[in-house]
Amino acid sequence: MGWLPEPVERLLEVALVGELTVVGRNGRPITHPLIPLYDGEHIYLHSSTLFSKKLEHIKRDPHVALALSDPVAMKGNPDRATIQGTARVIDDDPHSEWERLILDLWRAKEPAINDFLKARVALPLFFERAVIEITPERCLYWEGGDTTRPPVRTDAPRAEAA
Amino acid sequence: MTASATGPMRSGSVPAHEPTAADFERLVQYPHVVVSWVDDDGYPTSVATSFEADADAFVIRLIQPTGMPIPTDREVSVTGSHIHPQPGVGYDERRYLQLWGRFDGTALRPTRAWGWDEHEVPFFEYSERSVPQSRRYLAKLSEEKGRPIKPRLAPFWLALRTTRLPFLSATAVPVLLGIAVAASDGHFTWWTALLTLIGGSLAHLGINVTNDIFDTLSGADEANTTPTMYSGGSRVAVYDLVTIRGLMWTAIALFGAAAAIGLFLVAVTGSLTLLWIGIAGIVVGVAYTAPPLKLVYRGLGEIAVAIGFGPIMLLGAYVVQTGRLALEPLLLSFVPGILIALILYVNEIPDRRSDAVAGKRTLPVRLPPATVRTGYLVAAIVAFAIVVLGVVFGVFPWTALIALAAVPIALRVHAGLKVHYDSPYTLMAVMGTNVNLNLVVGGLLLLAYLVVIVAMLIG
Repeated sequence: MGWLPEPVERLLEVALVGELTVVGRNGRPITHPLIPLYDGEHIYLHSSTLFSKKLEHIKRDPHVALALSDPVAMKGNPDRATIQGTARVIDDDPHSEWERLILDLWRAKEPAINDFLKARVALPLFFERAVIEITPERCLYWEGGDTTRPPVRTDAPRAEAA
Repeated sequence: MTASATGPMRSGSVPAHEPTAADFERLVQYPHVVVSWVDDDGYPTSVATSFEADADAFVIRLIQPTGMPIPTDREVSVTGSHIHPQPGVGYDERRYLQLWGRFDGTALRPTRAWGWDEHEVPFFEYSERSVPQSRRYLAKLSEEKGRPIKPRLAPFWLALRTTRLPFLSATAVPVLLGIAVAASDGHFTWWTALLTLIGGSLAHLGINVTNDIFDTLSGADEANTTPTMYSGGSRVAVYDLVTIRGLMWTAIALFGAAAAIGLFLVAVTGSLTLLWIGIAGIVVGVAYTAPPLKLVYRGLGEIAVAIGFGPIMLLGAYVVQTGRLALEPLLLSFVPGILIALILYVNEIPDRRSDAVAGKRTLPVRLPPATVRTGYLVAAIVAFAIVVLGVVFGVFPWTALIALAAVPIALRVHAGLKVHYDSPYTLMAVMGTNVNLNLVVGGLLLLAYLVVIVAMLIG
């Protein structure tokens, strides 16, 4: 089960965009704005093969961080959080595996995707997708979003972080 | 925040580059930035903070987050990200900008930048620019998994996309008109009419596929990062949905079926004229993009299309019914011929830059925009003038004048070309109107001949 603090779970449930940072070649941090999905345990992000460099970076180094920083993308919630964790790329079948794993969560947050799905013939490569499954290991939380104050740090219970 | 801004600029999708003053102007649009670095334990970490972008000093001053000191011994990045939520739908107005550099305890001096703004580079164009990355990823994934992993589409949609099936209206108009003129002359056999429509459609689809083969091989389709539903080809080979070999077999099958129907009709009608028309159709269709002639690469594509979808289709359909040539269907054939050539002509406008790169010297590549627009108007006027002159000289029935009701559509396309010439995506509506022009004129001319036929039957 999940262990993230409840205010952070609330952020994940409404966030339209979070900033995923991966470790690029030469150890450089590379950040990608993506829509985060949450099932109460793992955080799921997803990426078309069109924009798959981030997937290559994660396969090389699975350490990632997801920042929830923009109140506009959080339905006005001013809180902020950064979740560090280990990511796994699920891409055995980029054509349809993601539909089984995350489509319901995606639809709930971005209903417009239903219209895009109807037009799959127009955007075939956009719907060849991989899922990024993040197992949270550490969470930094700023109530009210004020990062001039120290964050509240929570670590995953040891057994679940393994 | 300070910046030597002369006005708001946004980050387009550009390769990673050395930052410029323009990037500072872009950055000041964001209310905060996310600062990221890689921790000592190997995890990336990020924290939002306020900033001041000083373009004159070429630094980004950062407010140090409490309890999370930004390191000074490694590369750090700042990211600005923006969306505009659409409640109950999702969001739009996506843009972001990331700058990398070293932090000196107060400010970051960026040495590298990258970003995307869908306002400047629409999502569809951004996707097309990223097709090579998708191909690389799937090729590598195939190696990892030890089995081929390719993009897929459901068979119906793949067939529709590969053959560009919706464009068949271009065949239907001249073929039905040819049949209608023959019927008004008292010649009509329903099953040969149906076979003509099927054969003409198969030939058209074969030409579409052939066109894609050669535009893929020449690099024209791959160089085109702004395809639309009307332009840029089917892209099934560019997307790796179908191999070139698969396209070749599809084209052979379509041409083979069209030829079989054509030869059957030649045998049934005993008309060698029909045989020559059929051969001319296949030759013009293939020579449109295939070497050595590559007519469309030489600015002759419109003439080839006008002949193929004009005299060849319409006159061919007439000959199937009557077994002979005549002035009326020949003259009438230039109307849909010109209008269908104008569909190609307008659809080439958004493709002109990539076509130029691939050496495809179409008319919009060769001519300045004003000349292209004037060319459209002149050709459309000629098409309508043929109708008027045909009626005046007694070649067409007077009812054909009803086609003039479509003149405002042509004027709308001409006006739209002036406004949307440089925007492939907003030009799409104009291209759609232009396709409708052929359908409306064709429909009105069919109606005109239907009136004649009905009058003949009851008279």
